[in-house]
Order: sequence, then structure tokens, then C-alpha cells
Amino acid sequence: MDSPSPPAVARLADLPPGASGVVTAFHGDHADTKRLRELGLVAGTRVRALRWAPLGDPLEIELRGYRLSLRRAEAELVEVRPEA
Amino acid sequence: MPSTALSDPVDLAPVATRLTVALIGNPNSGKTTLFNALTGLRQKVANYPGVTVEKKTGTFRTQHGEEAGVIDLPGTYSLLPQSPDEEVSRDVLLGLLPGTPKPDAVVCVVDASNLERNLYLVSQVLELGLPSVVALNMTDQAAALGHAIDAEELARRLGVPVVPMQASARVGLAELRVALSGRLRAPDYKPLPLPELVEQAVESLRWELPNALDLPPSATRAALVLLLSDEQTGRLAEGFGWAHLTPRFRQSRAALSSKVPGWQDDAISTRYGRIGEICDGVLARAEAGADGIAPSRTDRLDGVLLHPVWGWLVFLGLMALLFASIFTLASYPMDGIKWSFDKLAALAQGAMPPGDLRSLVVDGVVKGVGSVVVFLPQILILFLFIGLLEDSGYMARAAFLMDRLMSGVGLHGKSFVPLLSSYACAVPGIMATRTIEAPRDRLATILVAPFMSCSARLPVYALMITLLFPPETASAGAKALVLLGMYALGTLTAFAFAWLFKRTLLRGKPTPLAMELPPYRRPSWRTVGTGILDRAKAFLRRAGTVILALSIVLWALSYYPRGQDAKPDERLAESYAGKFGKAIEPVLSPLGFNWKLGIGLVGAQAAREVFVSTMAVVYAVGGEDEKPPEAEAKPTADAKPATADSGIAAGAGVVPTPKKDEPKPEADEDETRMKGVADAMRADRWPDGRPVFTPLVALTVMIYFVFSLQCVSTVATARRETNTWRWPLFMFAYQTGFAWLAAFAFYQIGRMLGH
Ligand SMILES: Nc1nc2c(ncn2[C@@H]2O[C@H](COP(=O)(O)OP(=O)(O)O)[C@@H](O)[C@H]2O)c(=O)[nH]1
Ligand SMILES: [Mg+2]
Repeated sequence: MDSPSPPAVARLADLPPGASGVVTAFHGDHADTKRLRELGLVAGTRVRALRWAPLGDPLEIELRGYRLSLRRAEAELVEVRPEA
Repeated sequence: MPSTALSDPVDLAPVATRLTVALIGNPNSGKTTLFNALTGLRQKVANYPGVTVEKKTGTFRTQHGEEAGVIDLPGTYSLLPQSPDEEVSRDVLLGLLPGTPKPDAVVCVVDASNLERNLYLVSQVLELGLPSVVALNMTDQAAALGHAIDAEELARRLGVPVVPMQASARVGLAELRVALSGRLRAPDYKPLPLPELVEQAVESLRWELPNALDLPPSATRAALVLLLSDEQTGRLAEGFGWAHLTPRFRQSRAALSSKVPGWQDDAISTRYGRIGEICDGVLARAEAGADGIAPSRTDRLDGVLLHPVWGWLVFLGLMALLFASIFTLASYPMDGIKWSFDKLAALAQGAMPPGDLRSLVVDGVVKGVGSVVVFLPQILILFLFIGLLEDSGYMARAAFLMDRLMSGVGLHGKSFVPLLSSYACAVPGIMATRTIEAPRDRLATILVAPFMSCSARLPVYALMITLLFPPETASAGAKALVLLGMYALGTLTAFAFAWLFKRTLLRGKPTPLAMELPPYRRPSWRTVGTGILDRAKAFLRRAGTVILALSIVLWALSYYPRGQDAKPDERLAESYAGKFGKAIEPVLSPLGFNWKLGIGLVGAQAAREVFVSTMAVVYAVGGEDEKPPEAEAKPTADAKPATADSGIAAGAGVVPTPKKDEPKPEADEDETRMKGVADAMRADRWPDGRPVFTPLVALTVMIYFVFSLQCVSTVATARRETNTWRWPLFMFAYQTGFAWLAAFAFYQIGRMLGH
């Protein structure tokens, strides 16, 4: 294939700024991602990566019409299916 | 009404049948705004027992004119708590908190511009079966963002009244009152189905719960909430026979986890599934980033304020502005306060006959309290700034920019404001840690905040820097460099200790950030003003109680016992403080300090800037020989230890200072006094003839002041904010101990190097 298509699954931390994806799964303990889920980041939720902080961490994302920031360590635990 | 076993007579209205309504909602959904609008000034603030969470209660009138009680619960995202604040909200709703009756009705305050996430908490609350009303707040903001909500259909689907509101403009208030005035009914809301085994577990657990929860159907769902709360089950309720329940819940959780994998995760995702159904056809939202939608104001502002270059420039500019206002703008009202207290002291001085009582009033009460109240303008400016940053939405961005630096030492992005504030004064700095939700991060911030050099240390640094350089050779640049070095030393030490604590005492999993970045908006003056007023009241209350008491104690220590007709400096030497100074000389001599410095350190224990005025007394600056006998040891109304250029009008403090006979013009006098003290100190010799104040000793004194915790207000504030004596005492011990060790090492190494 010539045009690079987005990989089937990626981590939220790998989404380039501006790109969207749909949450598919979580890694780590229940407690590690409990609050993120409670804030609406559950399987099937559409998220958009907005930007990384100037020092490289944390990440700003948009979901359900609002903005949330989370650290790279947390964004690594969220699996997403990138959207074109 | 709630079961009597739990109710606190203080919180019950005289009328036993009074309705109590709890306001619950996500942080920043407008609960406090609504609470203030409902209650007006009929409110009071206290603490929940055992935690540092503010308890705001008040009264309002329903549409029928009946008086009802209202509680403003701490903001929470979920009934499954992650912080003490959230635990309090859950426990009040479940009626588990000693001293707070279970509410009769709940108002769920919802941010309409963030409906889905807000409905998560609402759906948890509705399942508890308490009569509820949804206050659909911020309808203006939702409209501005292009979110359209069908409130009537929402009410039908939730089975409770939904009142569209704009609390900040008091829109919808009457409608909310009406909704609370009718017959209160349980919500017509179908709880989410549970997996068979979970249902069974909850069903059996509910019978073991305390009486307060024994009202079906809520008991079953209360048991579920507690079961899903993980380790935060019933901690605050341990007061009444909860202890045996904690292991019961733990067992039940473990059993379920092995039999129904993922049951906790499913509980969250099915809830969002239901929310999706509820919002379908009720909420129409222009999808962000969709074609044809212009970037929102928040998009554009974030593009600049979080930009790698512009973002930092704005951030640094704002911090510089804050610093400049604290140190320059504040100096005018501070001079005014200083002047008023001096006048008050002079007035008392003139009106009262000489004697113990006069000295108590003038030196102990007026000057002791004055030396703290003088910092009020700095505190007000600081909280004005914090309030504006918070309310505009910028504060979360600043935390976003700083999080990487802060998390490197185990602090939180939000720790930077308290630390920054502590450059002015650790008291507001510690008060500002309330914005940090994670208890360990908050505690770590409190524990290191006093290392940031506060403005009360400036007069001390100024005096020591004068001693450091021979009078003729001092260049302003070198002096500034030393001063900057002291600030840097304190700051780096704060980070080092934070790092250490997060690896030892406060070890644990790193707290996730999960911080909301709210839309930018114009700050509301009412919200900012109320916040400032609250802080000012808290600060003045402390000055009037704890600080007053300690000032009197310190005054007494440096005033008694009264020898006959001795000179002021000899009197001070014979006072308890003087004796104490001599007694601790063995501890101080390894640092190169003599007993006179010891007295200064005792005086500085109340407030650091008192050091300078104490030194003035000890070194008897002010020509006591020319004094008429009756006027000796007469406290002065014009002792002003602060340097003129520091802008800090530090109070004269609690130690009686000798009076000068002929007051010279004000401006001269400051410098003359500082120079006079410095000259007298420079002339001091050890019995063997060596000078006491070598440059090495002057630096050692500064280092001691950078590190040691010498401020009673800080200790008292830490006590209040941590709700225990354990942490303030620990802070005092480790900082003073570290100060001694650092000073010792510095002095001894300096000696070895031949200084
Ligand atoms: N635009 C708008 N702002 C509001 C409304 N209600 C409250 N606010 C603002 O929202 C911010 C947070 O409100 P606050 O009452 O402190 O929220 P709490 O954290 O839930 O107590 C404040 O700046 C309020 O002025 C509203 O209906 N519309
Ligand atoms: Mg509030």
C-alpha cells in the first residue's frame, strides 16, 4: 500500500495531535484507569488528541464535548482504534 | 428525618421537621454559586470531623416560606470517591457521616455544557432513591458552545424535575424553589441491572449496614456504591461500628473479582451506555472539529496559552506580574497598616500608666498581632490573582504547563501556585493547597512550602547581608546575588524534600493527573470577591486567636522576671527568653552563634522578622544612657526593622524595644537603625577577643533562616489544614533539625577552610 493507513490499534499516547480515535480497551489494573473511565473515557468513546504540553507531558484530549489532560503513563494504558 | 443516632443537635433546626437539601455536583458546576444565591448570607462554614474538608451549611426559604436547611457538598465526579472531598460527599448522601444528618432531598447541580459527564454522577445519585431535582445550570454557556438540550424530555427520562438555570445570574432560582416546595417524591428512575452474583452480594451486604442506610430501595444501592468504592469504603464512618464492615466489603469484592471478571469496569461502562440512551435525542452537540464549525474561543486561546513559546511567555509574564504586585503594590497598604498599629500602640502607650499591663497591651497584643496583620494586603492580592486565574480557566492551563516539572519531584501540577504563594508568605501558600485533590500530593506540598523564602525573611537577610560585607566594599550586585542565592537555596531544597517524601513517608502509586481543562470564560467578580473575603476572614480569625495567644506568651517570656533598675539589654538577658538563650548556647556554639543570637532566634520563633528588633534590643541600640530613668525599656512605637527598599513594613514584633528620645525623620531612621544594629553586632567579640560576626557566621545565620520553620502562623495554619498536630510538629522538627545540620555543616566546613 502506498498511502500509510492508520494502524488498527494504537495507544492513546500515540495519537498524533489533531487525530481522533475510538477507545477499544484498557490495560493495567482496574484502579489505574477507574477515574478515566468515570470521566467518560470508556470503550466506544470517541476521543481527539489535542496537544502535548510544551515539556512533553501531559496530553490534552477532547471527549464528550469537554477537555481533559492526562499524563503519558495513563495515556499508554488506553487502547484506541485511530480514525482516518 | 434522619435517624437520631447520627444527628448533631447543632445542625438541626429548632423545628424538628425542617427539610434539609444537599447540593451535589461535579467541581465547577456552580454549586457554591447556587448555594450563595439560595442562602444569601445565612450560611456558616465549618469542617467535617476528621478531614480537612470545608462544610458549608445554610438556610433558605421554600416557595411556601418554610425554612429549609441546605448543604453545599464538595465537588465530586462520582460517588466512588478518589479524595477526602469526594468521600465526604458520598458519606453525607448515605447518611454515614457523624454529625451530619442524611439529607431529605438532593439537588444535582449539572453543568449543561458538559451534560454526559455530569449525568454520570446524577445517575448514581438517582439510584439511591432520595427525592431529587436536577438543576441544569450554565445553560448560557451550553448555548454559547452550541449544545442544545431538551430539558422536558430529560426530566421524563430521568424521572425527576429538571430546572434550567443560570445560577450566576440568578435565573431559574424561583423555579428551583418551587420544585423543592412540592411533595418530595423518590425519582422515577430505573436502576441499572446488575449481574446476578453482584446483585446477590449487594443484597446480603445491605442487611449489615448501619441503621441510617436501612431505607429501601436506597440501602441496596448504597451497599453497591460502597462495594464499588474499593479501598475508600466507610473510612470516615469508622466512628460508629464500621470497623467490621470494611473487611466484609473487601472479601465480597475479592470473591466477585474472581467469579465475575471486569464487574467493576462493566459497572462504569453500562452506566455510560445508559447515559448515551438518555442523551440520544435530548442533547444535540456540534461535534468539535467538524467541518464548517469555526474553532471555539477555547480552541484559539489554548493555541496561544499552551504554545511552546507564547505559552511560557504568558505564564512567566503573569508570574512576574504577581510577584511585582505582591512586593510593590502591597507595600502601600502595608505601610498604612503598620502606621495604624504604631499609632494604636502609641495611643495605648499614652493612655495607660507605665507597668506590666501597658507593656502587655503595647508589646504583646498590639505589636504582636500587628506584625502578622501587616501581611494582609499581600494575602489579598495573592488571592485576587489566584481567584482570577482559577475562575477564568487559566489555572488548569498553568498546571498543565508545569505538571512535568512538578511531577518530576512527585508533586502535582497544581502544587506550583501554593509554592509560588509561599514566596510571599507560607500561610496563604498552605491555604492554597486546597485545590490539590490528591491528599498525598497536597500534604507533600504543605510539608515543603515553608522552604520558599517568605517576605518575613527579607529583613533578616538584609541585616545579615549588611554584616557580610565590610561597609565600604559592598557592591549592590554582590548583595543581590547573595539574596538570590538564598531564594534559590530554599526553592531547590523544597523540591529535594518533596522528592524525598514522595519516596519515603508519602510513598504510593503516582496519582493520575486526570485534570479537566474547563472552557475559558470571563471571571465573575462575585465569585472571586467571595473567595477573597473567605480567605481574609480565615486569616484575621487566626491572627485574633492563635497568634494573639502566642504573642502574649512570647512577650511574657521576654518581659519576666523583672529585675530592678537594670538597663534594657541586661533586663532582656535576665528574662526567661534571655535565660533560654544562654541555656541553648551549647547547641548554638557549634554553629558559631553566641547566646545573644540565641535570644534573637527565640524571638524569631514567633515570626522571623522579629529577629531584627530583638537584635536591636540585645545590642542595646538607641543610646539608653541619655534616657530618663522612667522611660527605659519603654517600648517604642517607631521601631521599624524592615529595610526601606524591601517594601516590607514588618511589625516591631513582640520584644520590648528601647525608646529613642528624639525621633528622627522616618526614612533615615530605618536605615540608621539597621546600620546601627549591624555596627553594634560587628563590634561584638567572643571572650577570647575573636569577632562574633564574621562573614561566615552571617552566612550561617542566613542559611539557618532559609531552612528553619520559625513562624507560629505557619504551624497553626498547617494544623488547621491537615487537621492534626502530627504534620505541623513533624514539619517543625524536620525543618528546624535540617536547618541546624545545614548551618552546622556550613560553619564547620567554612572553619576548616580557614574562614
Ligand atoms: N456562565 C455561567 N457561569 C456560572 C453559572 N453558575 C456558576 N457559574 C460560574 O462558574 C464558576 C464555578 O462556580 P462555583 O459555584 O464555584 O462551582 P462549584 O465548584 O460547583 O462550587 C464560577 O466562576 C461561577 O461564577 C452559570 O449559570 N453560567
Ligand atoms: Mg464550590
